Amino acid sequence: MKPWRTHFLTSLLITGLCISSTHATEILGAGATFPYPLYSKMLSAYNMKTNIKVNYQSIGSGGGIRQLLNKTVDFGATDGFMSDQELKNSREAILHIPMSLGAVSIAYNLPGITKLKLTGAVIANIYLGQIKTWNDPQIQKINPRIKLPATQIVVAHRSDGSGTSAIFTDYLCKVSLPWQQKVGQGTSLNWPTGIGAKGNEGVAGILKLAPGSIGYIEIIYAKQNKMTYAEIQNKAGQFVSPSLETIAAASDIKIPADTRVSITDSKKGYPISGFTWIIVYKNQNYGNRKESQAQDLTNLLWWMTHDGQAYSAALDYVSLPKSVVAKAEILIKSISYNGVKVKK
Amino acid sequence: MSLKTIKNTQQKERLFQSLLSASGVIILVLVIGVFITLLIQSMPAIIAHKFDFFSHTTWDPVSGQYGGLSFLVGTLLTAFLALLISIPFSLSIAIVLGEYLTEGWIALILKTAIDLLAGIPSVIYGFWGLFVLAPWIRNLEIKLGVLPYGVGILTASLILALMIIPYAASLGREVIRLVPAELKEASLSLGATRYETVRKIILPYAKSGISAGFLLSLGRALSETMAVTMVIGNSNLLPTSIFSLGNTMASVLANEFSEANGSIYISSLLEIGLLLFVVTTIISLIGRRIIKKMSVHQ
Repeated sequence: MKPWRTHFLTSLLITGLCISSTHATEILGAGATFPYPLYSKMLSAYNMKTNIKVNYQSIGSGGGIRQLLNKTVDFGATDGFMSDQELKNSREAILHIPMSLGAVSIAYNLPGITKLKLTGAVIANIYLGQIKTWNDPQIQKINPRIKLPATQIVVAHRSDGSGTSAIFTDYLCKVSLPWQQKVGQGTSLNWPTGIGAKGNEGVAGILKLAPGSIGYIEIIYAKQNKMTYAEIQNKAGQFVSPSLETIAAASDIKIPADTRVSITDSKKGYPISGFTWIIVYKNQNYGNRKESQAQDLTNLLWWMTHDGQAYSAALDYVSLPKSVVAKAEILIKSISYNGVKVKK
Repeated sequence: MSLKTIKNTQQKERLFQSLLSASGVIILVLVIGVFITLLIQSMPAIIAHKFDFFSHTTWDPVSGQYGGLSFLVGTLLTAFLALLISIPFSLSIAIVLGEYLTEGWIALILKTAIDLLAGIPSVIYGFWGLFVLAPWIRNLEIKLGVLPYGVGILTASLILALMIIPYAASLGREVIRLVPAELKEASLSLGATRYETVRKIILPYAKSGISAGFLLSLGRALSETMAVTMVIGNSNLLPTSIFSLGNTMASVLANEFSEANGSIYISSLLEIGLLLFVVTTIISLIGRRIIKKMSVHQ
């Protein structure tokens, strides 16, 4: 009996030793996957310049928000802004700092057809399963010059919870009342029809596999993989193809001071666009944070919204328009430690 | 031997034993810990929708409806279909490598190839399934006149079958090789052919071990995530045929967990995790019983 007890105690001790914690001294961030290539480029450049190491994990927007709320990271990143309710629940004030702009392209596989126009209502009806073939009068009407085939439409959507889905369905809710009532807006949805595929690469795979398919894909992925995507009608009635200029143009609306705004269904530019944000606590004195950590974080955010923007274009990201950078400056300057503003 | 060395040896022995029991305790603590965590975390969901979880097929995070029936059906359907498809192949491979081709370079190549199959990352299987297998299935579906998606329950089961063959085949091979030579020789000396020996002596002797291999591969099929997610079509509707799109418990978790927000939503996802844990445990317990009943009493 006795030796067994010793064994047991020793083993518990060893178990306990195995679960030891590690201490990190670098800046930690986690969240959205969409801006990951941009952030990782920016952060490695920042590391070379200042010798400050920033570790960003692209675990998804929802994960980024959760990690910030659990205070396990210095900053979170998200493609969809937190709702008023979510902000209220967090008790401590959270700031949304815009970092870049993204867009969702509507890609399709119709052999021989390289130019296609679509309206919001038509896209909604396709995703509701009401338009079933490509030569449907609703599609034919806006593409009078193209001879559309009688092929069945294979609808593809994201199966993983995604900011891309959130922007896409935010747009559909604005342009289609039936969509708003039946499906709604979110990162994961109860899709009435279609194949669910994981990630942009999964949707691209379905598009490649099945002629007659349609799917929504994050624009940079679509561009880099040379996919065919449609021109979408904006609120002013123009058919617009997504590009750096048209996406930036979509943000030319009245932006609130906290920058939490949806810019889909815009009058100007490409109508399925959106911001991506980094989220931080306004008061940096929480947990065991030191003032120097708050200083480092604030400097990083300032650099990312200013000099860091230079890395956008080469990676096909849209840099923030000047008006938005001005809003971001005010937000970053409001970050405080013990009631004292961190950025001088 | 001096007293000191004896004491030293005893100490070493004790340390070794402690290390062994520590490993055992860690495993036990982990498994029970996982179960308790899942149970506690899924409590809000269990309280919120009681048994609706098992009877409803609507999974709608936007309106807050969480029914898990189609995921449960999808998991069981794909796993058992995959097992059914894989059995003839893994059994033949086990017999060939365990009895007919035990030595030589062909055996070595075959053996290496099978082991290699188990080492391929599942995302590669997923991509292969999506880009190579799915177009074939699509052509088949066009010929059969069903909706040509290419992906779905059948495609997922085929991929899974391919992935689980090595597990059952490797274990089966080892077990078949363990069949005592006297038994085989006795059978052959009585005038039985090789086929008869395999069927009447080797397989009955090795069947519990072979079944353990099938159980192992079934467990693998139940929990496989990435490859299935890529080819099953991820539709939350209840599958109506093997050509339907479907979804499994593991793939819903993989798909939605990272972006889930809202406590009931996360809790419902964890309830799926709990369900998967319980289903795997039940199937493994049933399997163990079957193996025990089958095993040869000596």
